[in-house]
Amino acid sequence: MAAPKSVAVFFAVLNLISLLPFIAFSFSPDQPTDRKILVLLDDLSLKSSHSIFFNTLQSRGFDLDFKLADDPSIAVKRYGQYLYDGLVLFSPSADRFGGSLNIEGVLDFVDSGHDLILAGDSNASDLIRNIAAECGVEFDEDTSAMVIDHAGYAVSETEGDHTLIASDEFIQSDVILGSKKLEAPVLFKGIGHSLNPENSLVLKVLSASSSAYSANPTSKLSNPPSLTGTSISLVSVVQARNNARIMISGSLGLFSNRLFRSGVQKIGSLNKYEKSGNEQFVTELSKWIFHERGHLKAVHLKHNKIGETEEPSIYRINDDLEFSVEIFEWSGTSWVPYVANDVQVQFYMMSPYVLKTLSTNQKGLYHTSFKVPDVYGVFQFKIEYQRLGYTTLSLSKQ
Amino acid sequence: MVSSKMEKSPADLLASPGLSSMLKSLKLKTKQQELLIRVSILFLVYVLAFIARLFSVLRYESMIHEFDPYFNYRVTQYLTQKGFYEFWNWFDSESWYPLGRIVGGTLYPGLMVTAAFIYWTLRFLRFAVHIREVCVLTAPFFAANTTLVAYFFGKELWDSGAGLVAAALIAICPGYISRSVAGSYDNEGVAIFALLLTFYLFVKAVNTGSLAWGLASALGYFYMVSAWGGYVFIINLIPLYVLVLLITGRYSMRLYVAYNCMYVLGTLLAMQIRFVGFQHVQSGEHMAAMGMFFLMQVFYFLDWVKYLLNDPKKFHSFLRITVTSAVGLGAIALGVGTASGYISPWTGRFYSLLDPTYAKDHIPIIASVSEHQPTAWSSFMFDFHILLILFPAGLYFCFKRLSDATIFIVMYGLTSMYFAGVMVRLILVATPAVCLISAIAVSATVKNLTQLVRAKSKPASGGSGKGAASAKVLSKGSLDQSMPFQKNGAVALLLGVFYLLSRYAIHCTWVTSEAYSSPSIVLAARGANGNRVIFDDYREAYFWLRQNTPPDAKVMSWWDYGYQITAMGNRTVIVDNNTWNNTHIATVGRAMSSYEDEAYEIMRSLDVDYVLVVFGGVTGYSSDDINKFLWMVRIGGGVFPVIKEPDYLVNGEYRVDKGAAPKMLNCLMYKLSYYRFGELTTEYGKPPGYDRARGVEIGNKDIKLEHLEEAFTTSNWIVRIYKVKPPNNRW
Repeated sequence: MAAPKSVAVFFAVLNLISLLPFIAFSFSPDQPTDRKILVLLDDLSLKSSHSIFFNTLQSRGFDLDFKLADDPSIAVKRYGQYLYDGLVLFSPSADRFGGSLNIEGVLDFVDSGHDLILAGDSNASDLIRNIAAECGVEFDEDTSAMVIDHAGYAVSETEGDHTLIASDEFIQSDVILGSKKLEAPVLFKGIGHSLNPENSLVLKVLSASSSAYSANPTSKLSNPPSLTGTSISLVSVVQARNNARIMISGSLGLFSNRLFRSGVQKIGSLNKYEKSGNEQFVTELSKWIFHERGHLKAVHLKHNKIGETEEPSIYRINDDLEFSVEIFEWSGTSWVPYVANDVQVQFYMMSPYVLKTLSTNQKGLYHTSFKVPDVYGVFQFKIEYQRLGYTTLSLSKQ
Repeated sequence: MVSSKMEKSPADLLASPGLSSMLKSLKLKTKQQELLIRVSILFLVYVLAFIARLFSVLRYESMIHEFDPYFNYRVTQYLTQKGFYEFWNWFDSESWYPLGRIVGGTLYPGLMVTAAFIYWTLRFLRFAVHIREVCVLTAPFFAANTTLVAYFFGKELWDSGAGLVAAALIAICPGYISRSVAGSYDNEGVAIFALLLTFYLFVKAVNTGSLAWGLASALGYFYMVSAWGGYVFIINLIPLYVLVLLITGRYSMRLYVAYNCMYVLGTLLAMQIRFVGFQHVQSGEHMAAMGMFFLMQVFYFLDWVKYLLNDPKKFHSFLRITVTSAVGLGAIALGVGTASGYISPWTGRFYSLLDPTYAKDHIPIIASVSEHQPTAWSSFMFDFHILLILFPAGLYFCFKRLSDATIFIVMYGLTSMYFAGVMVRLILVATPAVCLISAIAVSATVKNLTQLVRAKSKPASGGSGKGAASAKVLSKGSLDQSMPFQKNGAVALLLGVFYLLSRYAIHCTWVTSEAYSSPSIVLAARGANGNRVIFDDYREAYFWLRQNTPPDAKVMSWWDYGYQITAMGNRTVIVDNNTWNNTHIATVGRAMSSYEDEAYEIMRSLDVDYVLVVFGGVTGYSSDDINKFLWMVRIGGGVFPVIKEPDYLVNGEYRVDKGAAPKMLNCLMYKLSYYRFGELTTEYGKPPGYDRARGVEIGNKDIKLEHLEEAFTTSNWIVRIYKVKPPNNRW
């Protein structure tokens, strides 16, 4: 009697989480890169003082729409459709946005899969702080505090207060920062922030050195600073679960022409660079943020009994089955096969019954075969591939 | 299909004695009249049994009741749509997510196959009925058939008068009606018919010693096995009965033939039901029958040896050796079988029958079902009414005229009465026995009295049988002649009996219309000015689920509602009323009794999309989830020791008001039930958040939900559905 019966009704869930890349929900899936970006400024003069950054974006094909943060005509959404694919907030002091945009609007924008670059600064407004806090980043509570590093400041003409720091504590990820190694330290002048430990999605991209602390440079230090050392993050990114990407920087100047061009010499270091790492850092990071890199997609998910091609609705226990999927990466202009040897598939019912590494043919096709376990149940095929910087892909198939 | 045919054949056999007696009676005028009366009474009883069960259809509408019937209905639908083979191999992915359930191998298919067979027959006859109508009316139809069986059984036991009374009593007995009203499409509906049929055929086989009747009883048994797990009662009662007959020296060839035929064939047939399978020869519950079978052989062998030896002395020593070795062998076989795991031990349900306190201590999930609670006296009275008084009287009559058949009914009556006392729902099993024995009492009394009244006239009259009045009755009658006023006394007593019987009829009608005809899925209450208020919240909620949630959404609820959600809401559930996996139920119980964030983790791991709770605080509906909550805690705690019952109690008391335990006030179930309830004024003159089901003001009125959001609440707040939010996008 109990003839082995059907076991596996399946759903295949494919989760590719990647570290870096771009996400694609609001764009056509074939073209994950953002196209239209709204830039909100405190002051239109920023347009010229940060022109290098904006020009690189424009030269990569982005359509930038500049507005003052309090411009009453701001609207990111019309008739339920988002007008922009990305948002750049270079308005650290804005207390409120003009038009219909508010904090919920910005968060909804992100939650519907769009990207955000947020630049804070010392004296950042509550609005900016709240947006950052919602993304898992806490700016130093002291509004006038800045990151100070007496052992890691950049040598400059004036002695100053060591608030212009040069940091080379980058995240180790080719996907986020590009494959070209950043030689020069990045110049940073602004407020530090810490990551909320409850948030598992936020990453430090640029952190301060162990000798840094966050305090008001003009007043005497009366209490120990609340933020010290490497726990201070200067630039952080978040890849949300829907693959929206967020970059939060504690310094607006990071993007400015002045710091792009200035040379840098870190105190105590003999190396003097003609040009700071800022331009390369910001450009590569913006490529990741706007999904020009690190975006994966999985297609042609297939499973069937060995020797058949049809996908059955049900497997019987001890059937032999084949499973294959194709994974591609967005190169900025086209989809290229993604090659890795660590993609695994799970045959999953509450816990994985089968966990197999997929073999690849170097052309993006991943493949494996296994025997259905001797257990009845509703199983899912599940690929959870989470690599720093790559997007999450989630497919389900029944 | 197979079993439906089986069911036909005993029915045919049934008809034949009636036919032959009809032919005979054609010759005699009085017999003809008597037969006509008898047949028309039986016909009226048949119709009555059917009609009395239609209250619920008239009062509400033609729909399926309660919980389990919804599963049966869904399965029947599947069977009629996909055919028998698919049905047998059905793997149901909509229940017990993500484990699934192999439906074909885990149910008793008798009911569904019967209904599908009726459906196909009607279709074949070009009656375009909907399968739902068939399902709704299956139980009344079989209840009506039961009255026929009761008639024949009564006739076999006593005389046709008793048979008629038994048919009439069982037709309206509340204990039976409770499980067989239109719409209660449950196994019991056909199982009682099958149970009584099997017993009748077996008694007939014992009385006649005929192989044909033995075969028929085996087929009846097969139908019973296919229909209900209660068949275990048969397979234990019959060996017990045989044992009693052996001990009392009533062993006969007839008994040998009947039992062996019934046991061997019955076992082979029963093993064809996949859910039973090899259990029938392996599990502890069935061992008594097997032991009895071997004992019968030993007994027969001894009989033979005794016949051969012809020497009492030699025979006695031989007897001693054989009995010792047989008993020793049996004990060793049983011991080895149990130790090696070949013979499975008794199941929890079986234990709890023998020891009513067992379930409470060991298996909370069995004890949590209200049907499994010990019976209260009031419900005996409610379900049996005067039968409760007539029962001992009937026993008296049975003992006065002992025969193989009456011994059987006495044993059936006594054992089933005991079981009825242990579990509420087994009142159902006791009902036919009680009806039969009471019918004997009524019939015998009335016959004696009428004989007194019409002292010298012919004894035959209306409902009280042919002229087969026994010698005892006659002699008793002549004894009574000497007493004064006996005629007047008899008239008075007769009137008393008729008064009692009419009270019984009134009681039954009232109970049927008031208590047993509510579908429980639609609730009715009396409004302030006596009008009927209908709460149709369940169907509102299930309809909402069906229309507004994605087709593959998974709904978590306490298991009571599982069948209804899958059948009506057409959505996947985590647990349902088929309580086969205690751990899974305990996981749900744990989620319900944890804090919200812990529960969220559990729900995520089970892919839960919606949570459904039943809440009676607004309407005063008392069988809601808060009242069931302690069972969730107990069941959850039975598997996961993190959940501790004392955490939810204050000084051993269960309360929801301000004095409740902090864990209670913040567990998921509490939050989901009372979310935003604090803003609602339910009753004039009471503070907001006054819970009408428990009569207290709730203790936590400011409930915030973090991971869930309210998706739907029905108009009377009875069903509340929450959506499980996806994990925070940016966290």
